Amino acid sequence: MLYREAGDYSTSYPEDSQTFPIKFDRYRYYAILAVAFLVIPFFVNDYWANAVLVPFLIYSIAAIGLNILTGYCGQVSLGTGGFMAVGAYACYKLMTAFPEISVMVHILLAGGVTAAVVTLFGLPSLRIKGFYLAVSTLAAQFFLVWMFNKVPWFYNYSMTGMIGSPERTVLGIVVTGPATDAWAKYMVCLIFVTFCAVLARNMTRGSVGRKWMAIRDMDIAAEIIGVNPLMAKLSAFAVSGFFIGIAGALFFSVYLGAIEVTEAFGIEKSFLVLFMVIIGGLGSIFGSFAGAAFLVLLPVLLKNLLVGGLGWPTDLAQHLYFIIAGGLIIIFLILEPHGLAQLWRVAKEKLRLWPFPH
Amino acid sequence: MSNESEGNFVTTDGRNIGGVMMEMKNITLRFGGVVALENISFNILEGEVRAIIGPNGAGKSSMLNVISGFYIPQEGEVIFQGSPRPSLKPFEVAHQGIARTFQNIALFEGMSVLDNVMTGRLTKMKTGIFSQMIWAGKAEREEIENREAVEKIIDFLEIQAIRKTPVSRLPYGLKKRVELARALAAEPNLLLLDEPMAGMNVEEKQDMSRFILDVNSEFGTTIALIEHDMGVVMDLSDRVVVMDYGRKIGDGTPDEVRNNQEVIDAYLGVSHD
Repeated sequence: MLYREAGDYSTSYPEDSQTFPIKFDRYRYYAILAVAFLVIPFFVNDYWANAVLVPFLIYSIAAIGLNILTGYCGQVSLGTGGFMAVGAYACYKLMTAFPEISVMVHILLAGGVTAAVVTLFGLPSLRIKGFYLAVSTLAAQFFLVWMFNKVPWFYNYSMTGMIGSPERTVLGIVVTGPATDAWAKYMVCLIFVTFCAVLARNMTRGSVGRKWMAIRDMDIAAEIIGVNPLMAKLSAFAVSGFFIGIAGALFFSVYLGAIEVTEAFGIEKSFLVLFMVIIGGLGSIFGSFAGAAFLVLLPVLLKNLLVGGLGWPTDLAQHLYFIIAGGLIIIFLILEPHGLAQLWRVAKEKLRLWPFPH
Repeated sequence: MSNESEGNFVTTDGRNIGGVMMEMKNITLRFGGVVALENISFNILEGEVRAIIGPNGAGKSSMLNVISGFYIPQEGEVIFQGSPRPSLKPFEVAHQGIARTFQNIALFEGMSVLDNVMTGRLTKMKTGIFSQMIWAGKAEREEIENREAVEKIIDFLEIQAIRKTPVSRLPYGLKKRVELARALAAEPNLLLLDEPMAGMNVEEKQDMSRFILDVNSEFGTTIALIEHDMGVVMDLSDRVVVMDYGRKIGDGTPDEVRNNQEVIDAYLGVSHD
């Protein structure tokens, strides 16, 4: 009886349309926020921040972004890596061009720049659908990575062709560059994750979200109801780009500090985020988190288990990871094609009636 | 009843029929060499229930698609509320106050009943994406106002119990009803129903007929419907257009149409000797 809705009645429409209509969910959400903001920063160390928490938070933002496009609006995109690169390079250019402005503003602006670029690459979606659209976004992936390699202006004509994030502070605390503390990295990412998740949730529960889902489920009926398909699709591309851009900017400036575009934002990144969204659950904000957690934690967990626990050689563990991760993904998708979010929903439905299911 | 095709009269059951809401003038629609609609003219009066009937392939659905903007006719014009309508996109037609349902249910399967019906109100929801992001304030207020309107329709169509159910879990008859709810949510001036009773049993048909008549009399919505069940059509509608092979072969009250020789021939067949 951990989870129940008996006696939990909504008496007004605002109450009924809130994000967590069930009391237990609401309290759990506040508890998680409290722990994330008030407890973890004091205990987090370099290993946990760099190997687990920071990548998890950043990939969650990217997954939310892709989930809005693919899960809510039904437009498949394979360009996530390239779009994250746009965010990273936009952030880099802004940081070096306007050093006196806060890096937080730069990260947001990088999101805005990415939104514009992604909208541009979203234009073909008005004519083509499904696999064909996926292929056209694949073109965006390769084009963008190529462009960031070939045009020296983007990496400020540096000899190596890499970009490195200069040291910047927020309220006197170093948040980018090599001297950043683990907790500061964590906090910056956490703030952006919370911000993005709340925005995404607000949009998906209101009329904008319904427009996207209408386009996803049946575009002809959506149009007859008064949804302008052009605006609905492009707004999904823009919002998705905004989040993915923020994720890319954080990935570069806060997490890695220095990147080489082919390595950091190659096609594997596009697939990684897409897998997160599929495994987590299409059309669910929670699913974006679940998918990101699954794919970030799994390698860490297996490595600790095999190398740390059983004393196996690292390279063996590395290869075993591919086998196990691949296997798990297949098993998961066979058991629950709608992802972890659906498993979670089913579990909640069972828990509501537990321990008296009849 | 002076001149029924011009409108402005009172029906025998006491409903006021107004002037001409929509007039189709010499509509011709071709797909390559196939003539789907040939020089068709008829009008729809404000507040009436107008039926379009005809054998399979007569062009009824094409006619509805012309009205709702899916097809642009090669010739002729559509006059809506007094002025000729330029060729609009379907979503622009929706904003003019024309809603419709589909022959094969076209609900949003991934959404709940409530969300589906709320989608019907998109033409009434104006807040931009940025206030949506913030939610508190304008977006929430608008959401609640529209929710109230939607709940009235949910009550009206007696689907309260399933409002949170995903549409994909509903049986066929209820899906048809939810689709009607979604169309009604837009508070349309003109409601187009494409075979609202296809595949239903007698009870479901009775329910649906009652809802259609209630919509017409309580909200004053003008209704144009396509239906194959002659009993239903003759009972529900004020006036009937009969089509066959893309041509109009009859137009008038149910009684007039029933006794029209051409209509009888089209439906029963005529011997060619």
